[in-house]
Amino acid sequence: MTDMLRSDVMIAFAVMTAVTVASRLGGYFMMRYVEVTPRVRRMLDALPGSIIVAAALPVAVNGGPIVMVALAAAIAVSVLRRNDFLAVITGMLVAALARALGLPG
Amino acid sequence: MTTHVSKAPAYWSRDAIWPGIVAIGPMLPGTLAFGMAFGALCAQKNFTLAEVEVMMATVYGGLSQFVAVQAWPDALTPSSIAALALLTTTVNIRFFLMTASMRPWFGTLPPWQAYPPLLLVTDGGWLAAMRYREHGGANAWFYVAGAIVLYLVWLVSAIPGFLLAEQLADPKKFGVDIAMPAFFAALLVPAWKGPRRAIPWCVSGVVALTVHWLAPGYWFIIAGALSGAITAGLMDEPPHNAAHAGHRHD
Repeated sequence: MTDMLRSDVMIAFAVMTAVTVASRLGGYFMMRYVEVTPRVRRMLDALPGSIIVAAALPVAVNGGPIVMVALAAAIAVSVLRRNDFLAVITGMLVAALARALGLPG
Repeated sequence: MTTHVSKAPAYWSRDAIWPGIVAIGPMLPGTLAFGMAFGALCAQKNFTLAEVEVMMATVYGGLSQFVAVQAWPDALTPSSIAALALLTTTVNIRFFLMTASMRPWFGTLPPWQAYPPLLLVTDGGWLAAMRYREHGGANAWFYVAGAIVLYLVWLVSAIPGFLLAEQLADPKKFGVDIAMPAFFAALLVPAWKGPRRAIPWCVSGVVALTVHWLAPGYWFIIAGALSGAITAGLMDEPPHNAAHAGHRHD
């Protein structure tokens, strides 16, 4: 049974969980002591878009042509159909197909 | 969205359970595929299925789990565990910003109702909830229902991946790496409110690219996101918004 859950691995998971929980609860807790002025509100409002761009753009730029074409296809579907689900599926399909065909990138 | 409109305080009503689940629907194929790929990776790295499920349930941060398992040390010592903790923090510190942005919405709830749902914050669940909030929504169930479904799907997803590890050795073959960025890109389109609102995004993108290029690891996410938010804070209020702030609700 001890091999199913190695104790050193559990300790590592516990530490990783602790820092992640601190991240998840910390921001909300901190805002208890920050007055939400119009300026702070503008900063919070800009967060979703800023996080999306910061997380996805380097992946897209460094992912090579297939990743870029697949993301462009996803954005195109999102613009034309306003359907997130279709956009994600299209992006994944374009990448999977291009790789199955052995295209470079 | 205008910035001065005070929105309704949070409340609980079951009407929003199903809409909340529908809103995270586009996330499900990607979550499932990502979890399967992660299960396969763990099988290759000689974790047991029980260990994988403990990690899925406790750490619950897909990208951070992937990065940590890929960098998993041969021997777990205090210093290698500290290195894993630092790695996890760099990937997951963006959750700090996300829950900060939920305070104006959830802040009116008693702490025992507000804090537990925050443990389930993920990129997709948070983004869908923020879009709902931006359109004036206040029902806390919208966020919580989507978050719970994402959590359950995530828990299950690693099992087939772990068992099919041989076939899933190369998740890119199935376009798994596209799922998250494609979902992000799809959410960015409806958030477009003209070039002025996009200035912080551009700053975020430039900073993220620069940091990604200069520094190893995942600091680029938090650096870009913070730069974008600070930019938005430094910009003046657009004059037409200030004039109409009292009766605009978009």
